[in-house]
Amino acid sequence: MNHSLRTPLSRARGLGSAKHGVGHFIQQRATAIFLAVLLPWFALSVLLGTDGSYDSVVGWMKHPLNAAGTALLVLTGLFHMRLGMQVVIEDYITGAVARTVSLLANTAIPAILAVIAILSVAKVFVGA
Amino acid sequence: MAGPQAHDKRPLSPHLQVWRWHVTMATSIFHRASGVALYLGAMVLTAWVVALASGPAAYTDFMSFLMNPLCLLILFGITAAACYHLANGIRHLAWDAGKGFDPKVSTATGWATIIAGAIGAVLVFALAFLA
Repeated sequence: MNHSLRTPLSRARGLGSAKHGVGHFIQQRATAIFLAVLLPWFALSVLLGTDGSYDSVVGWMKHPLNAAGTALLVLTGLFHMRLGMQVVIEDYITGAVARTVSLLANTAIPAILAVIAILSVAKVFVGA
Repeated sequence: MAGPQAHDKRPLSPHLQVWRWHVTMATSIFHRASGVALYLGAMVLTAWVVALASGPAAYTDFMSFLMNPLCLLILFGITAAACYHLANGIRHLAWDAGKGFDPKVSTATGWATIIAGAIGAVLVFALAFLA
């Protein structure tokens, strides 16, 4: 017998009161696992594989795996960052207008940074 | 949720003015604070690849701008935030797997993440400037 006040359809959908289910939770953890590999790789690879000069960093970025890893780090990091800041906004910003504007900005800013960073990595990667 | 909370003057969790600070509470607050700080970190990383894509002169200008004392201090803060957020993030993943909730263990791992963040930031700066 189902003693829950929730309807069987609601239970089957599994989306809960926020209508988003566990998607946000899973995405935050999945991106965290990738970042736990990508960020140390990026930091160590740039610090140990270059001397910080323009020529050596460009040479590093021209390797396909380095360009791909940097692009993945940027995309995964910005996605994870958006999820995290979304929770902070939802917790602390209570006014309807301020909250809506903050949440929209929290989508726009990572998207803008992503496009700028990916185009830049691509330019260095294919550049002469 | 936005309606009643905005007018409600009762204290909100976690009652920062009232609670005695303990390490598991501090690590939770630092995790949020470091995550917010890494928003700036993402902007610096993006600025760095833009400078790299803009040619040798722009890249050299950007890197010498980063070497001024205030920027170095901010960079060290971002580095420490990244190292701490990474270490405490792994602690959170262990919690998500149901491990490490024992008070003694979570206190010990809490101190470990704070120390790991500090040591990690010093190591990254040592690699960047001494190696």
